[in-house]
Amino acid sequence: MQVYLDNNATTMVDPAVTEAMIPFFSEIYGNPNSLHRYGTASHPAITKAINQMYKAINASDKDDIIFTSCATESNNWVLKSVWVDKILNGDKNHIVTTEIEHPSVLSTCKFLEEQGVKVTYLPVNDQGIVEAHTLRSFITEKTALVSVMWANNETGMIFPIKEIGEICKEKGVLFHTDGVQAVGKIPVDMQNVHVDFMSLSAHKFHGPKGIGALYIRNSEELTPLLHGGEHMGGRRSGTLNVPYIVGMGKAIELATENIEEKMVSIRAKRDRLEDALLAGLSDVMVVGNRDNRTPNTILISIRGVEGEGMLWDLNNALIGASTGSACASESLEANTVMLAIGADNELAHTGIRLSLSRFTTDAEIDYVIERFENAVKRLRAISSSYAIVQPTPGGEAGECHIHH
Amino acid sequence: MAKNDLLGGSLWDQYSNKVTTLMNNPNNQGEITQEECDVAGHKLIVADFGAESCGDAVRLYWEVDPANDVIVKSKFKSFGCGTAIASSDMMAELCIGKTVQEAVKITNIDVEFSLRDTPDMPAVPPQKMHCSVMAYDVIKKAAGLYLGVDENSFEDEIIVCECARVSLGTLREVIRLNDLKTIEQVTDYTKAGGFCKSCIKPGGHEAREYYLVDILADVRAEMDQEKMRAAADAGSHGDFEAMTLVQKIKAIDSVVDESIRQFLIMDGGNMEVIDIKDSPDYIDVYIRYLGACNGCASSSTGTLYAIEATLKEKLSQKIRVLPI
Repeated sequence: MQVYLDNNATTMVDPAVTEAMIPFFSEIYGNPNSLHRYGTASHPAITKAINQMYKAINASDKDDIIFTSCATESNNWVLKSVWVDKILNGDKNHIVTTEIEHPSVLSTCKFLEEQGVKVTYLPVNDQGIVEAHTLRSFITEKTALVSVMWANNETGMIFPIKEIGEICKEKGVLFHTDGVQAVGKIPVDMQNVHVDFMSLSAHKFHGPKGIGALYIRNSEELTPLLHGGEHMGGRRSGTLNVPYIVGMGKAIELATENIEEKMVSIRAKRDRLEDALLAGLSDVMVVGNRDNRTPNTILISIRGVEGEGMLWDLNNALIGASTGSACASESLEANTVMLAIGADNELAHTGIRLSLSRFTTDAEIDYVIERFENAVKRLRAISSSYAIVQPTPGGEAGECHIHH
Repeated sequence: MAKNDLLGGSLWDQYSNKVTTLMNNPNNQGEITQEECDVAGHKLIVADFGAESCGDAVRLYWEVDPANDVIVKSKFKSFGCGTAIASSDMMAELCIGKTVQEAVKITNIDVEFSLRDTPDMPAVPPQKMHCSVMAYDVIKKAAGLYLGVDENSFEDEIIVCECARVSLGTLREVIRLNDLKTIEQVTDYTKAGGFCKSCIKPGGHEAREYYLVDILADVRAEMDQEKMRAAADAGSHGDFEAMTLVQKIKAIDSVVDESIRQFLIMDGGNMEVIDIKDSPDYIDVYIRYLGACNGCASSSTGTLYAIEATLKEKLSQKIRVLPI
């Protein structure tokens, strides 16, 4: 058996999605902007995809949902264009975000800091979330934008987007949320929250890679990131990626219809896995209260077992997991979220993220429980943390200075 | 960045087969107890290096025969990734049968080489080189404990790059001899900074006492000073061609002041030195005429020859004077 438990990094494309996409490669291939029938032949499918998108997140007809190449583009677009519109060509100079955003937000903020923008990185509490009242005190008259993720990729913890949106509305500040880890995992209803911009990515909900979107409330002004033709009403140039737009529409429909039922099913498997690991292993800790987590995610810390070593053993058992953000999985650094939530330094290198999908089966969960425990046993048997014979006096090691 | 870097390689695919094998089944994993050693009349040494908070920790066990200082048994325990476990295992293996004094000479390079499948193919990718360094450090620590000396006494020179074992002395010498100007050049010439990169500048994987950026800046500053001093010495001996640009301008100005300007002023004119350009064959002195000299017919003929002849005679035959 092989088990893929890295669905927060990317997901399998649902075969129904692939099937919906196929006609738009070699049969209906016209450019939707062309006047002839080859071009217009794709219009019904694109319209359908747009409708699927609006319905899935309950967007208003006054709102825009613009297809992009990925959520990284969507995040870059909001941050850089708010900088152009409100800071370079306005009287603002400040952006508020959090310490544990995705690199596409954090790196862009670092870039904007180099350009002279003031950026506040909000700390997270021991649950790994930003508290709404913390945000309030950091918003000033000069704040142009607040950017806070809806759910965290590593812990699955869900942020108080409704409360944060209310504060931003009250203060008259634009609010962007990176919704990549929320859409398709938990209900996302744009009529229920005050969000000006939201980034989405298809490949996180069983759609294809290479397509994302940006939700823009009430068609709010935002200078384009990509200039060119008049695609997407001039908001995002580039020939429409028809098969991927069709695929994203289909994928978001499949992921969000009856989402409550899907959540119950995934959560049951996740909880069973989590309970089994907590019961079967000593000295383990799961980050964040499971009731406030996306129902598919577990970030578990295993004392005495280094994360990459654990991934190695899981990989040998044909189980795909992660030590954290896939974008940083080649890095030697400690898990940034673990450090941010104030976990002991000893635990910062021991985090393993298991993320399920609606395709994960009960048999797979049983298999993972067994193999996971075997891996921990083997590695703890080698681990110096579990050694019995103590160092010769004078042979003890000092604590190391950690960089992050 | 180039074609081969576009897709960041898979970290694990870069491990040698030996690393993979030892990671899955380390031969020397385990502990040695005081009781075992007591039975044979041997001495037990246990040393730790690294910490869980760094992401890597190793504990090394030696059973040493005090009669001849031979390490009869060597075991390890490790908190770390695959390469840390494989490096620790190889390190323990290399210790067995050696005297403590011989074991101290085992370096991280020896450990890494022993993990290679073929001599010319590194056993681990650059960012994993530090794992074998830890193996080296824990040996020194164990030896220090056994011999009752400070572990640092085994190091006869200051090591700046632990991964490639490059000393401060080597770095200073190579920078100087090869006139190296950038960190990339230093890495190309010495391999220092090519692996875990901690020694390049503060803020890397671990804090270091010496950083390549500082060493390079220091040596360059020393070299510049020496050059200036040499030029100044040369200047005082009248070697115009060896002077720095500023010294050349000063020397020309002083010749102009002493021997030329007075004649120009007598005719209601003057001149100033604008620039100097060195080439292998000529030293071109660009000047500008002022006052009556400006536009005077003689300024491009007789007066010019006179100025050039004076500078040639007083300073260098390579001088050409060019009015602009």
